[in-house]
Amino acid sequence: MSQKIQDASIPTIPLNARFSRWFGRNMLRIYMIFGFTYLFIPVAYTFAFSFNDSGKSNLIWKGFTLSNWQNPCGAPEVCNALGNSIKIGLLATIFSTILGTMIAFAIGRYKFKGRSSSNLLIFLPMATPEIVLGASLLSLFLVFSINPGFWPTVIAHVVFCISFVVVTVKARIASLDPRLEQAAMDLYANEFETFRRVTLPLVAPGIAGAALLAFSLSFDDFIITNFNSGTLITFPKFVYISAARGIPAQANVIASAMFFLALAIVIVAQLVSRRKAR
Amino acid sequence: MTFPKVRVPYLLLLPGFAFLFTFFILPIINLAQTSTQTPIAGGDTGEYEQTLAFSNYIQAFVENREQFGRSFLYATLATLLALAIAYPLAYAIAFKSGKYKNILLVLVVAPFFTSFILRTVAWKQILGEEGFVVPGLRALNIIGEQTTLTSTSVAVVAGMTYNFLPFMTLPLYASLERIDPRTIEAAGDLYANGLTAFRRVTVPLSMPGVVAGTLLTFIPAAGDYVNAAILGSPNTKMIGNVIESRYFKIVDYPTASALSFTLMVAILILVTLYIRKAGTEKLV
Repeated sequence: MSQKIQDASIPTIPLNARFSRWFGRNMLRIYMIFGFTYLFIPVAYTFAFSFNDSGKSNLIWKGFTLSNWQNPCGAPEVCNALGNSIKIGLLATIFSTILGTMIAFAIGRYKFKGRSSSNLLIFLPMATPEIVLGASLLSLFLVFSINPGFWPTVIAHVVFCISFVVVTVKARIASLDPRLEQAAMDLYANEFETFRRVTLPLVAPGIAGAALLAFSLSFDDFIITNFNSGTLITFPKFVYISAARGIPAQANVIASAMFFLALAIVIVAQLVSRRKAR
Repeated sequence: MTFPKVRVPYLLLLPGFAFLFTFFILPIINLAQTSTQTPIAGGDTGEYEQTLAFSNYIQAFVENREQFGRSFLYATLATLLALAIAYPLAYAIAFKSGKYKNILLVLVVAPFFTSFILRTVAWKQILGEEGFVVPGLRALNIIGEQTTLTSTSVAVVAGMTYNFLPFMTLPLYASLERIDPRTIEAAGDLYANGLTAFRRVTVPLSMPGVVAGTLLTFIPAAGDYVNAAILGSPNTKMIGNVIESRYFKIVDYPTASALSFTLMVAILILVTLYIRKAGTEKLV
């Protein structure tokens, strides 16, 4: 019956209205294609030029080669810089995830005096530009005659990662169904057991997401690192410094590899969570 | 539990807040202190004493008002551009992508994983003299022989727009995705056409995302100096470039501190006014 009505109604809609409706519907899809093309142009460029047979400066296309991929550490310093970035990223991720998750539970789960000022303290580092965070930490280290380097960089990264961890984990805690925990309590689980067997597993995806976010923020950070790392070279710093005289194609190899690795991790995580949901 | 329950939240907060106090609050206080110091007479470069010279602020601001203005102008432009580009994108992902939603969402974040400096340098090379865009446009007579795309303020704003686009898209998507489609249907039932429903229902409901996205774009953009350093020229220097060179090249800590502190306070005031105005205090 309804089918019939619909069939009958189509010719009554004027053709141009139908076209504009089609266009309206697909305009967004067309737009999406343009949007993603825009997002991926420099990524594609970076990937393409990782195969450039360029020698030292990777500016002009000189021919296809696999040698950069076969020898990603071929350029001086590049793998050393990558290693530093990974070490700093992992340490910053561990510390900021632990500290941030604890804060998120306190703010997300308890009503206490000073809760709104705690929220403010979490918001402040996010509302402070990186250059101010980096510069102010550097002046503190200078006052105490601490030389910038590896650990100052780790500390600086933890400072800006904590807030992002708190926000991410808190959002997950807020979306939990309180009845699940009540059910556990009803089944005679004590507070600790409820936390370990019900709450924590439910919040875990949020914590994992926060850790991933913290790592990518730390790994890609340049401004704060530049202020607090002294002579230590990280991967973004390596790229920035070598930009003046030409970035070796090995940097493109590493960036592309990181891109595909991260993409693979995210897609696998998505598949796993979808399978679990089933 | 061995400790009274009231203390649990404070115990959970303690390590994190002790850390933030030591490495965030103390540095800011120290920054404020450094900002009023003056060079020690007859001392070495980089030696300063506290003289409560608040004139540092006036001097720093007057000397660099152009760069301050540029920072806020570029950041505002980049934020508005990013909003204009990201809103339809986030809308399309939230409402028109069906089962591909998660994959598209991953793709928004994916460029993040390639070093952002490398992507900025890539733009410089794509749009530079040796890239394929400029010779192409010249061959088609769209731009003249003298016109360049890099080393201009347009390039800096475009670079910032590009780099902060995911920061804008994600919160927009999050708030659009949360909208109950029945509210939009209800608007239709009440004889609102598509545009009216969008303007009166979708946009107001997505405001938390707009606020969060604009903040996450504006704040880093206002303090950024990487885009200006890679894509700009000496005429596009932002306040970040000045602070950076005051620290590392001139070793003028008081001026650099005064500039940093001014930037931070200016941004905090703007952000507070903006959140008040937008009426969403429940941001964090």
